[in-house]
Amino acid sequence: MAKVVISKKACTVNPLKMSQPIGAALAFMGVKGCMPLLHGSQGCTSFGLVLFVRHFREAIPMQTTAMSEVATVLGGFENVEQAVITINNRAKPAMIGICSTGVTEVKGDDVDGFISLIRRNRPELDHLPLVYASTPDFKDAFQEGWAKAVTKMVETLVETPAKGARRDPERVNILPGSHLTPGDLEELRGIVEAFGLVPSFLPDLSGSLDGHIPDDFTPTTIGGITVQEIAGLGRASWTIAIGEQMREAAEALERKTGVPFRLFDRLTGLAPNDAFIAFLAKIGGKPVPNKYRRQRSQLLDAMLDGHFSFGGKKIAVGAEPDLLFAVSSWLSEMGCTIEAAVTTMQSPMLEKVPANEVLIGDLEDLESRAGECDLIVTHSHGRQMSERLGIPLFRYGLPIFDRLGSAHRVSVGYRGTRDLIFEIGNMFMAAAHEPKPDDWRLPRGDVHENEAVTAH
Amino acid sequence: MSTLANKIQEVFNEPGCAKNQAKSGKERKKGCTKQLQPGGAAGGCAFDGAKIALQPITDAAHLVHGPIACEGSSWDNRNSSSSGSKLYRTSFTTDLSENDIIFGGEKRLYRSIREIVEKYDPPAVFVYQTCVPAMTGDDINAVCKKAGEKFGKPCIPVQAPGFVGAKTLGNKLGGEALLDHVIGTEEPDRTTPYDINIIGEYNVAGELWQVKPLLDELGIRILACISGDSKYHEVARSHRARAAMMVCSRAMINVARKMEERYGIPYFEGSFYGIGDMSDSLRQIAKLLVERGAPDELIARTEAVIAREEARAWRRIAAYRERFSGKKVLLITGGVKSWSVVAALQEAGMELVGTSVKKSTKEDKERIKEIMGQDAHMIDDLPPREMYRILKEARADIMLSGGRTQFVALKAKMPWLDINQERHYAYAGYEGMVELVREIDKALSNPVWSQVRTPAPWDEVTWEQRADEANAAVAECEAKAPSPCPSPARGEGTSSQRAQPTPSPLAGEGRGEGEAARCVAGEVAELPILPLERAA
Repeated sequence: MAKVVISKKACTVNPLKMSQPIGAALAFMGVKGCMPLLHGSQGCTSFGLVLFVRHFREAIPMQTTAMSEVATVLGGFENVEQAVITINNRAKPAMIGICSTGVTEVKGDDVDGFISLIRRNRPELDHLPLVYASTPDFKDAFQEGWAKAVTKMVETLVETPAKGARRDPERVNILPGSHLTPGDLEELRGIVEAFGLVPSFLPDLSGSLDGHIPDDFTPTTIGGITVQEIAGLGRASWTIAIGEQMREAAEALERKTGVPFRLFDRLTGLAPNDAFIAFLAKIGGKPVPNKYRRQRSQLLDAMLDGHFSFGGKKIAVGAEPDLLFAVSSWLSEMGCTIEAAVTTMQSPMLEKVPANEVLIGDLEDLESRAGECDLIVTHSHGRQMSERLGIPLFRYGLPIFDRLGSAHRVSVGYRGTRDLIFEIGNMFMAAAHEPKPDDWRLPRGDVHENEAVTAH
Repeated sequence: MSTLANKIQEVFNEPGCAKNQAKSGKERKKGCTKQLQPGGAAGGCAFDGAKIALQPITDAAHLVHGPIACEGSSWDNRNSSSSGSKLYRTSFTTDLSENDIIFGGEKRLYRSIREIVEKYDPPAVFVYQTCVPAMTGDDINAVCKKAGEKFGKPCIPVQAPGFVGAKTLGNKLGGEALLDHVIGTEEPDRTTPYDINIIGEYNVAGELWQVKPLLDELGIRILACISGDSKYHEVARSHRARAAMMVCSRAMINVARKMEERYGIPYFEGSFYGIGDMSDSLRQIAKLLVERGAPDELIARTEAVIAREEARAWRRIAAYRERFSGKKVLLITGGVKSWSVVAALQEAGMELVGTSVKKSTKEDKERIKEIMGQDAHMIDDLPPREMYRILKEARADIMLSGGRTQFVALKAKMPWLDINQERHYAYAGYEGMVELVREIDKALSNPVWSQVRTPAPWDEVTWEQRADEANAAVAECEAKAPSPCPSPARGEGTSSQRAQPTPSPLAGEGRGEGEAARCVAGEVAELPILPLERAA
């Protein structure tokens, strides 16, 4: 049980956190033909856009209501309306996902009200779904923005099935948290399909931001779940939510459609995947395919081979709550100690992190606690600290802008966990200490005080 | 806010800007920034611009007063290099919370400055205003003044909240902060007749260091670069320079002009991009210094260095000229690089098929015309559709642009080179031209192009073929119809559906205007573009 502590500093130094609106925008990017629209100054969009371009190395659809100072003071209805019309004319989107920002929230713009007005005045836009998530920058963080956008999509787009309508026993909804990569989703799709089930991912970044050459170029997202498919999520037999952040969306979906849900708080590690596979076998009514029995066996072997390198290692982790919980739990199951844990916002998962303390803080806090560690696990912004401390950095989370393939790293399932053992284990091996003649020198002077010799 | 409004008015009223001078008083009041279109805008905000302009002051702390959005997703993302302090890469933000919005963020700002001074002891703290505290009325000028007195450190308020305008306005507002609070506040230990300032150069990818060895050899001292690889004290003492060079044509003209007005430092506008431009710049520097009292012999020494370095660069570039002959390049960029890179690429033997002049000033455009002759394919806000088509029809062999348009080229399987802010290679001076040519050669000759263009053995129709058919259909329709043909609509088909680009006669009456003009039915490949830059 970790103690959750909030940083007392006035000044955030080297932020770990990113803002809610861009988390929400990323969730909207998992819908096909979507254009995310940030209601704020153009910089709000531009910063987020550059961040995603650098991380995914893809064109990123994201627009702005381009609020000027005057428009902000007077209220942004005209800007929202004009933005929706312009996007509709130019990009012909299947949906527009609107996120508020700090400046329009401070003004108190009632975007829900704006949308009703647009609906009343502009019947020509009736075909175009508008989903709005309230995501002020000055509250919470990226993960929460993502979760809010998914919940709002469920509330706005999913249809309530007719009374007595039959469910499709093969169909399963999957609500992935923001910490899963497009590669993770692809892996999960394969696993779920192996049990004869048909998964629908909301949102589905594996179709839009998995780095492919599209068949059909559009200025909106180039893939993802369709609006029609979202509408039909109520026909599924089960919903699987991954990450505590998705609980609210899963509950909203259950409330609206009666589809029951099972929440997996992580899918990295042996035990959580055993539970996941067993659940799929149960709802799919099929035995576990040989492929996954074999992958499980490979994971066991990797754990056996790898535990020499992981055992006793001290790790500093900086990540959003669900990712922090997932990676810390798994690392401690491999024999590591989570020496420092820093996160971005409150979450029920924080006290379950296997560390003495979880700090809601920044990368300066992580740096000051990581001095004795063998490995730093955080996003690319950990690179400066890694250099200063001379401790290797495992880039994990978002953004990863100085390495290739961040969209394709897989760390879910037996295979993903196995590969994570190899990747991190190799970093430990590369940093292994070469024995030196003086390593085992006998202690001088007060021998007894130094009896508790630290291992090399 | 009224002081900020005045400041913006003042910046818009820049007498050093020829474009501004050509306007009527009323037009001038409206300012330079185009009204941004909601849903169709691209680019950074004023805060972004101010940060770009000032963050290269490497030993100062740069504190962003705002919620996490302004700094959290953008810090440490520019390639401005430092020869010394790395403090400018440390991110500081007040990360305003809901309580700060309700009760005001001034206290947190003050405490933040104190924490920075205690922990990092920088020579100065720059404090950037952002939209939210500007709305709630946090007075960062007052906080900076108080903190400066209390901690004995210069604390500089930078008044450029994002919503006052675009990036270029922010560049200038950043410059205003230097003029108001930094430049002229300290005296240099010594001065020489060879002291210059370089204004508007940010040392991206270390480009300043491609130029500095030449100045070193000539005995010319950079008193201050504003602001690439600079230290706070250098900028504070920059008012004692004998001459100045202004590098980026629009970014900091107000700084160059006001320093001339206040301190009598003459300036010229020049570029480090391209061999000819580099030589001209060296000549101009020498000329201005001699006019200000440096010994005459500087001019002869400068000419000797120019002759030697030009010959050396040409020798190295000549090796590529043959490989490049007949190769066409599409240049999509804004501002200073448009005209300076045009000349450079022509020196390397390439032909230009177009250049974007989105951010370029009128003078920039004139220069492009001058350099390229009257045939210059001037493209103002080139629509991505056109960009793509130029590439597809192989009228260009390579595209040079900023990071955000790279996918137009890459997804169309065309060589591409990054020449904007986030680039990792340095292209300034004689060395930089050789480097640029080498990079273009690397991109053009890479063996991946032929591989990625080969269709999979089982693909019956590739998207490229469908796109070509669609484009041909539009062209055919245009040839027939008197009225302009619209852009093809976005298809909803999948890869399994074969395109049916049937050019149909103009539809009959009873339809809407847009419908009537529609020439192309069926699936048409759309552009691999960034929506922000998409034209209607």
